[in-house]
Amino acid sequence: MKTHTSTGSLATWSGYRINPVGLVSFCVVLLWALVALFAPYIAPHSVGDMVDLDYFGPMRPGLWLGSDYLGRDMLSRIIYGTRYTVGISLAAVSIACFTGVVLGMTSAVLRGPVDMVVSRVLDAMNSIPSKLFGLMVVAAVGSSIPVLILTLSVIYVPGAYRFSRSLAVNIDTMDFIMVARIRGESLPYLIGSEILPNIVGPVLADLGLRFVFIVLLLSGLSFLGLGVQPPYADWGALVRENIGGLPFAAPAVIVPSLAIATLTISVNLLIDNLPQKIRDRSAS
Amino acid sequence: MTNLVEIRDLTVEATTDSGRWIQILKGIDLDIAAGETVAFIGESGSGKTTAAMTLLGYARPGCRISGGTVRVDGHDMVTLSEKQRAALRGTVVAYVPQSAAAAFNPAATIMDQVIEVTRIHQLMPPDEARRRAVALFRALSLPNPDSIGDRYPHQVSGGQLQRLAAAMALIGDPKVVIFDEPTTALDVTTQVEVLRAFKAVTARRQIACVYVSHDLAVVAQIADRIMVLRNGAVQEIGSVDDILKRPTHPYTRELLHAFHPDTGGRVAAAAAFATDTAPLLEIKTLSAGYGPPQSNGQPLALAVKGVSLQVKRGTNLGIIGESGCGKSTLARAIAGILPACNGDIQFDGRELWHSARQRSREQLRDLQIVFQHADTALNPAKSIEDILGRPLTFYHGLRGKARDARIDALMDMVRLPRALRHRLPAELSGGQKQRVNFARALAAEPKLILCDEITSALDTVVASTIIDLLKELQRELGLSYVFISHDLSVIEAICDEIIVMYRGQAVETIIPSARQQPQHPYSKLLFSSVPKLDPTWLDTLDIDADRMRVA
Repeated sequence: MKTHTSTGSLATWSGYRINPVGLVSFCVVLLWALVALFAPYIAPHSVGDMVDLDYFGPMRPGLWLGSDYLGRDMLSRIIYGTRYTVGISLAAVSIACFTGVVLGMTSAVLRGPVDMVVSRVLDAMNSIPSKLFGLMVVAAVGSSIPVLILTLSVIYVPGAYRFSRSLAVNIDTMDFIMVARIRGESLPYLIGSEILPNIVGPVLADLGLRFVFIVLLLSGLSFLGLGVQPPYADWGALVRENIGGLPFAAPAVIVPSLAIATLTISVNLLIDNLPQKIRDRSAS
Repeated sequence: MTNLVEIRDLTVEATTDSGRWIQILKGIDLDIAAGETVAFIGESGSGKTTAAMTLLGYARPGCRISGGTVRVDGHDMVTLSEKQRAALRGTVVAYVPQSAAAAFNPAATIMDQVIEVTRIHQLMPPDEARRRAVALFRALSLPNPDSIGDRYPHQVSGGQLQRLAAAMALIGDPKVVIFDEPTTALDVTTQVEVLRAFKAVTARRQIACVYVSHDLAVVAQIADRIMVLRNGAVQEIGSVDDILKRPTHPYTRELLHAFHPDTGGRVAAAAAFATDTAPLLEIKTLSAGYGPPQSNGQPLALAVKGVSLQVKRGTNLGIIGESGCGKSTLARAIAGILPACNGDIQFDGRELWHSARQRSREQLRDLQIVFQHADTALNPAKSIEDILGRPLTFYHGLRGKARDARIDALMDMVRLPRALRHRLPAELSGGQKQRVNFARALAAEPKLILCDEITSALDTVVASTIIDLLKELQRELGLSYVFISHDLSVIEAICDEIIVMYRGQAVETIIPSARQQPQHPYSKLLFSSVPKLDPTWLDTLDIDADRMRVA
C-alpha cells in the first residue's frame, strides 16, 4: 500500500512507524470525533438561540465564526452539526461495510449458486445512481434520520461487497482454507477466523474511504434539502441554509464547507498513511 | 595467464525493511578459465544466485554490489556504467533462468524471442540469426529444429522450453553462461535430456559456465569444480572428485550425507505391524478428474483412471510419477477434497464417502493431509499457537492449560523450539514452517497422513531431517503415511511399498526391501533417470528418454 523510507518518520514506537502527515490527519479526525461527542459542553450557545442583531455577521470575539441567516451563532451550529454528519455517516458506513464484507466472504467461500445470486442482485443495485436512489427513497417515505442511515448504507453495500469478495476469493484458494474445510470447519469459522484476519487491513482502508463517500453524499442530500430536516442541521444543510450569504462573503457559507473538506481530506490522508508494522527480520 | 572470470573480494549488501544494510555476500574470490564449468551449490538463502548475478553486473532490487571486483573477459562489471554492462550482456555473458516458462513472452513466437539478442546488439541480419538458431536447436537435440521456432511458448514442453532458453542465451556467442537452477523445476526423466544437451553444447563451444544448483548429484554430472556456499561465504572450493570423495568442510559432509538416506530400520518396523493383516486404507478402481460431468457420468478430464491400492496399518506407501501423472489428484480424491467419480474408498474397515463434506468428524480426524507448500498451508495471520491449537479444540475439545500443554508437546515432537509459539508463519524458515504444517496434522491424532510432496520445496539437508523426523514419529505413534513425491530417493528412504503412476494409472508396485527391479518400461526409465553422485553417470547412462516416452 505505502512504502516507507527511513527518512520522514516522526517516531518509532513499539515497532510502529508514525508518519507526520498521518499524525496530523489523525489529530484532525480525533478533534472532530471529540467535538461530536462533547457538543453540548463545548458549544457556547444553544443551536436555536438568536444571539446576533444582524444576519450573516462577520467573525468577531464572542461570535468566532460569525452568525447565520437568522443571526444564530455559527460556531454552535457547526458543533451541533458535527453530531449529525459524523454520527449518521458512521452508523451508515458500519452497517454498509459489515453487511457487504460478511456477504462478500460468504459468497467467496460458498461459491456456486449463492455467489451467483448475491453477486447479480448487488450488481443490479450498484447500477442505480446513488443520488437518484437517495432522492427516490426520501421522496417515497420522507426524511428521517433512521431512513437516511438505512438509505446510505444500502447504497454502499454493493461496493463493500465487491471489494471484500475479490479479496476473499484470493484467500479462499490458499491451502490453509482447504485444510480448514477438510477439518470440517463451519462457515462462520471459515469467514471469521481464517479469511477475515487476512483481509482486515484493506477492508479497514475501504471502510474509511466509504465513510468519506457517505459524508459527501449525506452533505449533498442535505444541501438539496432531502437530508437532515430543520430545526436540526448537519454540515450540508448549513451550507444550504446560508447560501444566501454568498454575495456578502459571509463566513456562514464557507465554514461548514471547510468543515466537510477537513474531515474528508483528513480521513483520506489518514488511510493513506496508516502506520504499517515494520518487522526487521535481520534483527531476530 | 589471465582467467576469463576473476572475482576478487566481492561483497554484496541488501537493505532490510528498516533501511539498514546487511552483507549477504562476504568476500568471494573465484577464477574461472575459458571453457570451465563451476557449480555454485548451497541451500536457499546461501547467496549462490546473488553471486552468479554479479557476473552480469546485476544486483537485485534492494541489493548493491558494495565492494570488490568482478572482471569478466577484462571488463570490471562493478565499475562499468549500466549502458556498458548492457552491451556485454548477451554477447560476453548470458543468463539462463530457473523458470523458462516465466522467462518467455507468451504472446510472441519462440524464434522472435531467441534471436532478439542479435537484434538488440545488431550482431547479424535476422536471416543469419535464424539459421544460427536452427543450428543451435539441432545441437540442443530439440525435436523438429526447423519448425519449432514458429511455435509459441505454451506449445512446447517444459524441458524443451528450458533448452530453448539456453538457445536464447547462446545465440550471441557468449564466453560465459550462467545457468540458474535450470533443471530444478523439471521431472527427473526430462532433466536427463536437458542436462545432456547443455553439456554437449557448452563443451563443443568451449563456453565457461556457472551452474547454480542445490542438487549435488546434478552438479556432479556437469561441473569441473564446485564452490560450496553458506550464509554468503565460500565454505569450500575444489574439483568435483575432491568435493565428493574428500569433503573437508562439515557443511559439505552434511550435504553429502543427505544423499545417502538411512533406509535401515524400516523393514523391522514394517514387520512389527504386519501381523495386523486388515488394511487401513483400501482403494478399489478409483477414478477422479476435473471439469463438468459428461454423458457417461465421468468428468471431462480424467486425471486418475481406476487406481487400486492398499495401505497396511503402520506401513508406508509411496506414490511416484512425473508431474501431471495424477498423483496429487489421487491424494485429493482420498482426502475427499475432489470427490472421486468412481470406485470405493475403505478406511479402517468402513466405507468412506467420496466427498469430505459427508464424512463424519471422526473420519476426517483419522485421515489428515499435509500439503506441499507450507507458505500457503499456514494462515499467515495466525500465530503458531493458534494454528496448532485449533485442531486440538476442534477435534478433542481441549482448552486452556490442557491445550497449552498439548501444543508444547506437539512442538517438542516435531523438534521446534517452544519459543516459536507466538511467532507468525512468515517469521519461520521453510523447514520450520513444514514442521508446523506437519504438527497440525499430528494434532488431530490421525491414523493415516497423506503427505503431498512435503519435501519438494525444501533444501536437500532440510528435507532429509524432515524425513528422519517422520520415521521417528512413525515408530512412536504407529502412524501410516501415504507419501507422494516425484523424488525417488525420498520415497525409497521412507516407504515399504512404491506405486509408480503414469498417465493416471498405477503401472507397477515395487517393494524396495525385496530388492525388486522395476519391470514396466516407464518405471525403468524413472528409476534410471535419478541422478547419482558418480560424475560419470550421465555419460554412461544408456537410455534415450524421448524414445522411451513415445514407446
